This record gives sequence, C-alpha cells and structure tokens, in this order.
Amino acid sequence: MSSATVSDDDGYTVTSDFEDYHSDDDASVDMDYDYELTEDYELGDEAHKQHLKAHEIEFRVVPLSDILAEQSAATTQVAGILGLSAENASALLRIFKWNKEKLLERYMESPEDILQRAGVVLNPVQALAWHPPNDFLCAICFGDDSTGSPFGLRCGHFFCHACYEQYVTQKVVEEGECRDILCPESGCSVVMDEQAIRRTVKPTAIEKYQRLQDRAYVSDVDSLRWCPAPNCENAVECRLPHSCFTMVVPTVLCTCGGKFCFGCSLDDHQPAPCGLVKLWQKKCADDSETANWIMTHTKECSNCQSTIEKNGGCNHMTCRKCRHEFCWVCLGSWTEHGTNGYSCNRFEDSLSPDVQDQKAKSRASLERYLHYYNRFTNHEHSANLDQDLYVQTEKTMEDMQRTSELSWIEVQFLKEAVDVLTSSRTTLRWTYAFAFYLASSNQTTLFEDNQRDLEVAVEALSELVEKPLGRDNIADLKAQVLDKAVYVRGRREVLLEDAAKGLAEGRWEFLAPIANPAAR
Amino acid sequence: MALPKRIIKETERLMADPAPGISATAHEDNLRYFDVIIAGPTQSPFEGGVFKLELFLPEEYPMSPPKVRFLTKIYHPNIDKLGRICLDILKDKWSPALQIRTVLLSVQALLSSPNPDDPLANDVAQHWKENENAAIQTAQEWTRKYATA
Repeated sequence: MSSATVSDDDGYTVTSDFEDYHSDDDASVDMDYDYELTEDYELGDEAHKQHLKAHEIEFRVVPLSDILAEQSAATTQVAGILGLSAENASALLRIFKWNKEKLLERYMESPEDILQRAGVVLNPVQALAWHPPNDFLCAICFGDDSTGSPFGLRCGHFFCHACYEQYVTQKVVEEGECRDILCPESGCSVVMDEQAIRRTVKPTAIEKYQRLQDRAYVSDVDSLRWCPAPNCENAVECRLPHSCFTMVVPTVLCTCGGKFCFGCSLDDHQPAPCGLVKLWQKKCADDSETANWIMTHTKECSNCQSTIEKNGGCNHMTCRKCRHEFCWVCLGSWTEHGTNGYSCNRFEDSLSPDVQDQKAKSRASLERYLHYYNRFTNHEHSANLDQDLYVQTEKTMEDMQRTSELSWIEVQFLKEAVDVLTSSRTTLRWTYAFAFYLASSNQTTLFEDNQRDLEVAVEALSELVEKPLGRDNIADLKAQVLDKAVYVRGRREVLLEDAAKGLAEGRWEFLAPIANPAAR
Repeated sequence: MALPKRIIKETERLMADPAPGISATAHEDNLRYFDVIIAGPTQSPFEGGVFKLELFLPEEYPMSPPKVRFLTKIYHPNIDKLGRICLDILKDKWSPALQIRTVLLSVQALLSSPNPDDPLANDVAQHWKENENAAIQTAQEWTRKYATA
C-alpha cells in the first residue's frame, strides 16, 4: 500500500489503482488525502488553508469596490427575501450591523418595530399622501417657499427644500453623520431614510454620504478591518473569531504592502500576542522615562572607555581608538559572538541571585526590564539605520552607474536583503517583549535559542550589507548576501512557527495574564 | 454677509410679540448679538430676580444652535460660574426648527426646574441633592444679592 501512495502524484496511477483501493477502507482514506495534496492548487481556498504555517492566518484583502459589491449583494438578498426595496433593506441591515440572520429572525417576529427603528416607511403611497398645509411656513427660514415644493417625512413636518438640503448637507459633510439623521423638527424622532436623503441633497453630499456608509459597513462587520496605512482604501477580511486572538497573532498583509495586526490594527508584532503587546506598551510608557535616563545615546568602549556613538545597524562595534571589537548591546568582546558562547540575547538569571532585600529585588527587576527594553529599542533603531544605509547605497549605485559599467539593477539584491533585515528585526524586537513576559522554563530556553540563532544571523547579514560595494567584490558579495538572507528568512520562519504553535497549544507560561483586547 | 431673512423675521417678531418675562434686543452694530433679560419665574428660588444673558447667532444659524450665556451670577446646578448653561437643545438636541424664542423659554423653564442629576456646576448640584432646602435658600440669597436691579 505504501508504494501505491508514493506513486499517487501521477493522476493515471490514482485512477488505475482506484478499484484496488476500494476493497480496503484504510486505503481509500489514504487516497483522499493524496488527492488533495496533488490537486491543491486547483482546490483554491480549501487547499490553501492546509498550506498555512502555524504563524499565518487566513485572510483576504478586500478593495473598496468589493466592499461596495458585497454590501449591495447582501442588500439585494435581503430585499429579495423580505420583498423590500434595496434602500429599505440596507437601512434594516444597517441597524443589525449587517447580520442577515439576526435581521431576518427579528423581522419575522415584529416587522413594525424593526421598520420603525430604521425609519422605513413601507407604503410610499401613504408617505406621499402627506401634503404641506395650505398656510405652509418653513420653520427654518421663515419663508413660505415660493421657489420649490416643500419636503417632509411621514411625520408631516414640512420644510422648504433648500432648508432641508442645507440641514442634511450640514449633517453629512460637517458632522460626518450617515445613520441617525432625524427630521429637523425639534423632538421629532423620525429617521430620514436613504431615499429621502438622496432626494434632498446635491451629488457631492451624496458621494460623501455613500463614503460614510461604506466606512460604517466595515466598522459594523466584525470580520472586516480597514488597512491602517495612510491613503490605503482596502479592508481586510478575517473570519477567525475574535476570542481566539490570545492564541494566534493575526498578522495580515495588505496589497498596499502594509503589514498589520488584525486584532489591534497596530503594526506587525509577531510573535507577541495582542494582549502582551498592550501590556508591554503600557509598561514602556510607564517606565521608559527611567529607561531613557539610564540609556544614554552613547556608550563607552569596554576596553579603553572612549565614548562611542553607534553609526550603523550592525552591532559589531570596532573602537576607532583601540581597535577593540565588541558588541554594542552587551558590550562583551565580539570574539564570543557568533560562536556557541553567544549569550547576548539571554538574560542571565544567575546574575541576579535570590536576594531578600526589597531594594535589591526592585533593582533586579528594573535591570531585567532594561535588558529586554534595550534590546527591543535597539532593534528598532538598527532597522531604521539599515533602511538609511539602503537609501545611501542606492544613491551610490546610481552614481556608479554613471561612472562605470555597474548597473542599478545589479544592486537590487540589497533591497531584498534590507527588507529581510527589517522584517526580522521587527520580529526580534517583539521577541524581547515576548521573552520579558515568559516565565523561565525549558520551553523558554528553546525560544531563546531560536531568538539567538535569528539574532546572530541578522547581525551577520547586517554586517554584510554594510560592506562597501565595488566593481570587484560585487559578485562575491551578492552571493554571500543572498545566501545569508535566505538563511535569516529561514530562521525567522522557525522562530515564528515555534512561537505560534506554542501559543496555540498553550505551551507558553506567561508571568502576567494576557488579556484579549480584540474583543470589541 | 447680509443677514438671513430668518434672523430679520425672528427679531421683528421678538420685538412685536415678546414672550412673557423675556426680552431680547439686538445690538444695533451687530444684529446677531442680543441682550437678553429673563425674569425669575414665580414659585422658583429665582422669583423677583432679573437675569441678564447674552445670546449670539453663529454664522451657521439656524443649522447650529445659538450661543447663550448668563451674565448675572446665579446659583443653579445646571449653570456654572461663567454663566454657561447645560441644556440639551443648545447642544446635541438642537433642531433648526427651534428659535431664539423657544430657546429662551427653555432657559426660563430650566430656572423653574433645576436638574441636579445632570449637573454643570458640581458643587451646586451636590448641595442641591444633599440639602435641597439649604440650596434653595442660597439661590434666593444670590438672587437678592446679584439679580435685583
């Protein structure tokens, strides 16, 4: 049987062996499985789900046009079922936050209540039967409206068309209101339906009204979120229940290139879950003043005590004065880094022995916090410097292109490397927030090993990227950079995968309770 | 900008047919600015008092509410020491169908029925809730002291 399974990737084998399999229940299960594996690309979403890694979630980027289409599809469906006009159906859907099932259920119970809440009048003949009184005087402009016919809702409060237009325009354009626009009469609670709004205002205001409604649709629907990137008009749909956001980090990638967390709309913060991020940010906001005070912009060379300023993303520092090589982060000699002795990422608990003295304890806890905080901010800082470096390199390349035969395209591998560096440094940053809240255990040690591997690889890549480019070394450097970038990417995957699995299995032991801020 | 027809008409009506206990006069140099006098309602702690207010019609009026403020010191849970008034129709419940007259009538009604559950002046409201009689007495004293011409 096992040999038959192996040959399954060829469609012919599957069909010819089909009858053989059929006699055996176990075998038919095997066959189903293989079928899916070989056909996954055609199966679309279903198969795609199986290929997701533990740190990835299923999501869909929804452009504005699709949001509109979805909205109108839902409207049409409900309109069809309830026999209402599209405007009325959408008004009803809006008050039920686009939950079709809930709306239909409630509507069957008491249609009148629902209609009234949405400000919908079913019988337009009856609505039109309202006529302004003969001695009509608009209570807004105090005119008797000789220019056009007055307008009124079913409540019978009439105002002249121009006043209505001004009123609705003010509500929509100035106040950004698109739902509860009431009859202008004081104390009247009749809601203006969409049709009434469209009849009263100019196209520009209707456009704004439509935009507001689309916005409202996305914020109403729990499985949709706007991409927080400026000027991006996409929304992202993720159907995971919000209650599971303590167990997964729902990172999504918009087609605009922005990577953000679906749970809290902040920038990508894998592997740390939203609740931990919130705790960490609060902690940093509370303690960062102390941290800032302690962490000055410069450090002293651990050998000759000269003041050193960091000028690149790489943490491998070489003192100008005494040529001492050391690590910017831990100030230890660089010779220990990149070898098995590398322990810069790990907080040594043995350094803070069990001290009863309260003062020593709080010092130790501050020291512990600073250990993680320094590394957290350092990676942020380094990532920015890496970006600067890339911009600089690109500029030099443009210059070189003019003066030599080296072309701009040949340096594009650097861009990729910097991208890998940036995303890995982002991940590394959050591993420090993550590790800060981890209780020490064997699992934590494994996590820190992964963290160390990624950090060593990132620093190596960062150092490579910083090397001066020339015509002679470019081919060699390119090979090295590409190689290293692939490795860094691999290490990052390993770390995220392990962290995500641990989160899903509840394997991590956190020092503080992690809440679910995504529950809204 | 020319004064809207609505404001002209409202001013004319206020002059021709003033509401009882209320007078509102537009400034000659700024027809959007009104000097208002409200008589303290009978059966209220403000009885016998004459309260001065200012009323201003912003550019967006009547789409936006008028701005109204007490100029006379008053001991009232919904009016603070700067004379600002906590009244729903002057804020989110404003309707363009309301007028200067209706606004001032509402202010007058507020004097008759203070609402310490929705306070603007917290200390006054607390006084009102803990010891209504004493609070009313203070209000009467203030009326005598500051609001008698």
